Amino acid sequence: MRTPATARAQVKDLNFWYGKFQALKNINMDIADRRVTAIIGASGCGKSTLLRCFNRIHDLYPGVRYEGAINLQPDGLNLVDKGVDPILVRLLVSMVFQKPNPFPKSIFENVAAGLHVRGIRNKTELEGRVEKALRQAALWDEVKDRLDKSAMELSGGQQQRLCIARALAPEPKLLLLDEPTSALDPIATAKIEELIDTLVHDVTVLIVTHNMAQAARISHYTAFMHLGDLIEFGETQQLFTNPRLGQTQDYITGRFG
Amino acid sequence: MAETSIKASEYEALRNNPYLRRGRLLSVVMRGILFACAALSVAITAAIIWVLVSESWIFFKQVPLLAFLTDTHWTPVFTDAHYGILPLLTATFWAAGIAMAVATPLGLALSIYLSEFARPNLRETLKPILEMLAAVPTVVFGYFALLFLTPLARQFIPGLSGFNLLVPGFVMGIMILPYIVSISEDAMRAVPMSLREGAFALGMSRWRMSMTVIIPAAFSGVTAAFLLGFARAVGETMVVAIAAGQNPNLTADPREGAATITAYIVQMSLGDLPHGSLAYSTIFAAGLVLFLITLAFNVIGFFLRKRFREAY
Repeated sequence: MRTPATARAQVKDLNFWYGKFQALKNINMDIADRRVTAIIGASGCGKSTLLRCFNRIHDLYPGVRYEGAINLQPDGLNLVDKGVDPILVRLLVSMVFQKPNPFPKSIFENVAAGLHVRGIRNKTELEGRVEKALRQAALWDEVKDRLDKSAMELSGGQQQRLCIARALAPEPKLLLLDEPTSALDPIATAKIEELIDTLVHDVTVLIVTHNMAQAARISHYTAFMHLGDLIEFGETQQLFTNPRLGQTQDYITGRFG
Repeated sequence: MAETSIKASEYEALRNNPYLRRGRLLSVVMRGILFACAALSVAITAAIIWVLVSESWIFFKQVPLLAFLTDTHWTPVFTDAHYGILPLLTATFWAAGIAMAVATPLGLALSIYLSEFARPNLRETLKPILEMLAAVPTVVFGYFALLFLTPLARQFIPGLSGFNLLVPGFVMGIMILPYIVSISEDAMRAVPMSLREGAFALGMSRWRMSMTVIIPAAFSGVTAAFLLGFARAVGETMVVAIAAGQNPNLTADPREGAATITAYIVQMSLGDLPHGSLAYSTIFAAGLVLFLITLAFNVIGFFLRKRFREAY
């Protein structure tokens, strides 16, 4: 067991609405620094909704409303505060989506995209940081000789690791993964799980997954959600072997209902 | 929401980063410029409609609407002046109708062939050739109709005049073909492959699949293509002005020549009509009718597309 971690972010009394529909109800949880926190639960439980609050991607759609706080530490910036610019939030918090979504550009330009946004133009620095991100995403050896080739030529698993590299390159405070392996085959999935395990040396990871075995394998903390409520939250080992609540027990053993 | 202080230093640093600041400013400025462009195009459209309507107003103050719509003669510059739009209107619909009679079967056949039957190599060769047709100036089509096709057709069609509606209508049908095929073929090819696989998995032939799956799925796009083609044929000027003659003629026989609305407008704009005269304002009244026809087809197209829109 790793030493107990400090919190990278604290979710405090978070409520969230799509129009009149309340999708998140009074969520409280701490996201441990440089650890993997998994959010599990059935479809429609609000796990993706919660994840998407962390980078304010909900703000792209009309009629959404946040209440409460997600305080990013150490500064205590409330990510969901109305006065906080969502574009700047996304510069602090990166995200990888369910389906790989590389841009129709070269491999290099994909990873450099987030750096360009920040005004980094120095060629040496760009090359260094692109290489570092691709190494972190365990993709460097496969693509180092064809960085100028289109990202669309990569396989699905490679594309997803490219998207992880793209998200890592700007050195985010928090990396959000929204079911990052659900569109991938088991081998590509294994590679990404392995890579998440090494990532936590540098970055805090918050992952939503449908796959309970995956949550058990890769996460240090697990949150179980149901119909917008956070039912149980704790250390992964404890939650999967000895859940406090019967409802959690039913879900993780597949007797959900 | 509870008052929370935004004190975070890293956030502040990002907020004051001059590069990001410029980026935000650029975004605001560009939003304004883009909005201005959108507003400008709306304003220009509104101005054109205003000119059409206000000039037509002068016309309709002197010519009753009923006479305009029912009189069978259009002789604004004669001493015995008549202002019946019917001869121009029928000629317009004859020419556009003949164009559609040619373009509809050909356009459908071509789009289905290109989208469903042709091998990729052939399609990549045929489409650019077809699109080259759109690059031919309409005046060339006009003289092609007048000087080549009409003399040729007169050997087979008895009673065909030197100026007639049949040949320019046919030529317009060929002329709008690339527009129609380009849009409707795109619509058909946008039908997802999974639907084709589903159809083939039921044992359908390529033809049956095209008819029962592709055309219904692409219906909105195909309709839009043909309505656009029709609007183009109605508004087409050069071909009919050159090859259909300039004589307002209410006729049920497309072998005769007759001026369409557009041909009349060209003819009048070339002359030296005194500005503000009644004859001058006929141009705008005729233009307004033309505008209303194309508008009507656009509106029909809009509702058809909404009604039959398939989302994938």
